[in-house]
Amino acid sequence: MNHRVAVTGFGIISSLGASVDTVAKALYEGRSGITVDAERLDRGFICPLTGRIQDFAPRHPLSKKQRKTMPDFAEWAAEAVFHALEEAGLAPEDLRNERTGIIFGCDSSCIAALEQVEKLARTGSTTGIGSGQVFRTMTSCVSMNLNVIFGTQGACWSISGACASGGHAVGQAADLIRLGRQDRVICGGAQEINWQSMCSFDGLRAFSSRFDEPETASRPFDAGRDGLVPSGGAAALMLERYDLAKKRGAKIHAELLGYGFSSDGDSISIPNSAGIGRAMRESMSQAGLSRSDITYVCAHATSTPVGDAMEATNLLDIFGDRGVPVSSTKSMTGHELWMSGAAQVVYTGLMARHGFIAANKNFEQGDALSSRLDIVRKTLETPPGVALCNSAGFGGTNSCLALDFTPR
Amino acid sequence: MTDSQVIEAANKALAEEFELEIERMTPDARFREDLDLDSLDAVDMVIVLEKTFQIKIGRDPAILEIRTVGDMHAYIITKKRELEQAR
Repeated sequence: MNHRVAVTGFGIISSLGASVDTVAKALYEGRSGITVDAERLDRGFICPLTGRIQDFAPRHPLSKKQRKTMPDFAEWAAEAVFHALEEAGLAPEDLRNERTGIIFGCDSSCIAALEQVEKLARTGSTTGIGSGQVFRTMTSCVSMNLNVIFGTQGACWSISGACASGGHAVGQAADLIRLGRQDRVICGGAQEINWQSMCSFDGLRAFSSRFDEPETASRPFDAGRDGLVPSGGAAALMLERYDLAKKRGAKIHAELLGYGFSSDGDSISIPNSAGIGRAMRESMSQAGLSRSDITYVCAHATSTPVGDAMEATNLLDIFGDRGVPVSSTKSMTGHELWMSGAAQVVYTGLMARHGFIAANKNFEQGDALSSRLDIVRKTLETPPGVALCNSAGFGGTNSCLALDFTPR
Repeated sequence: MTDSQVIEAANKALAEEFELEIERMTPDARFREDLDLDSLDAVDMVIVLEKTFQIKIGRDPAILEIRTVGDMHAYIITKKRELEQAR
């Protein structure tokens, strides 16, 4: 028997704010989280733009010992999880069992790897590196630290699926509940923000050169788009077996109906015209939804010329011309990379909570493909309803999550 | 540096590193059982003591014999004396 999956809590630390309320307000108002990091230009970057976490003052401060094994983005993830647990109305003792797990999307921990080499060079001894560094350098640093902080005793691992990591993490967490292998899974995605982790990506000329006006640089689907803006943060969701969540009287914010995954089997950097579409179809098939049931697509679209064109091709193939409202929250946040697939679910959940659909900012003129899409140009005063959240990453990995944000 | 200055400086540095109340740093306090420090903390304790007293501990096997705060004081005092005699 397959179980239904409920979303009972959201938490987010993003360039738009460090709480669900500030982030919801920013999404509604169409406020950008993109800033200029002048140091990047000094260091030879083509693009100095980046999302930035500002005003991070955790309401649940961690001990120095806990922080020793955590890079900053793991701390953001911990705070986001605390927020999601508060929303879910769960206490720490509810998590301390083998039926509760943690799965996070994460695909790098660059600074920590550099730090350990610098410390070795400086001290001339591996014993001078310190106790926390080995744990900080691993891509599973988020899930392992969260597991220790929250005391969960079930699943505990991270998914590295490039820019679809967060989407796959939420999808796999849902699958474990659906299959009856876990009752609750804390899931999400986390992404570091620093120039060190972005320098080689910048060298691919994949970032926007519109740095005179940072807030207009990320313009998914717009004909004038010229590259993405790197960003990051941490997004967390509390997933629970639907019947158990109902039984304990939890408020259910959404039902996760389907998770589709696919890979292109094609180029390492360029998405193709069918991959994300297969994930979308699989997601709808698992959810028992037809295309007419979908009332919103939170697109992956990152503002790159080819990537957005390929997603538009896939959307047109499934939904036809102007078949469904589409927007990319990356127009405000920039591309949150490993975190993005999970963040989109949180963002769409916040839209549902406040009864709106966020605009695809900076969409001024469509190109041959995107002009055939129903791009949300201005904030819509209608909730997203039943939505798809797309994410795609290097190597051609794709994820699509189908959620009903009007659960009964 | 007198012995009491060493003790005071060591207690202060370790209390800060491990977020311990300095009153708990009594000579008979056991690191593992009483102060709840583990083998990872021992790695950082070496780094903190090296930095505080400008000494080299590295992989000195004697460090493995330290069980209590008093053991640690005695180790540092001996180490400082050895260093001064070598000068």
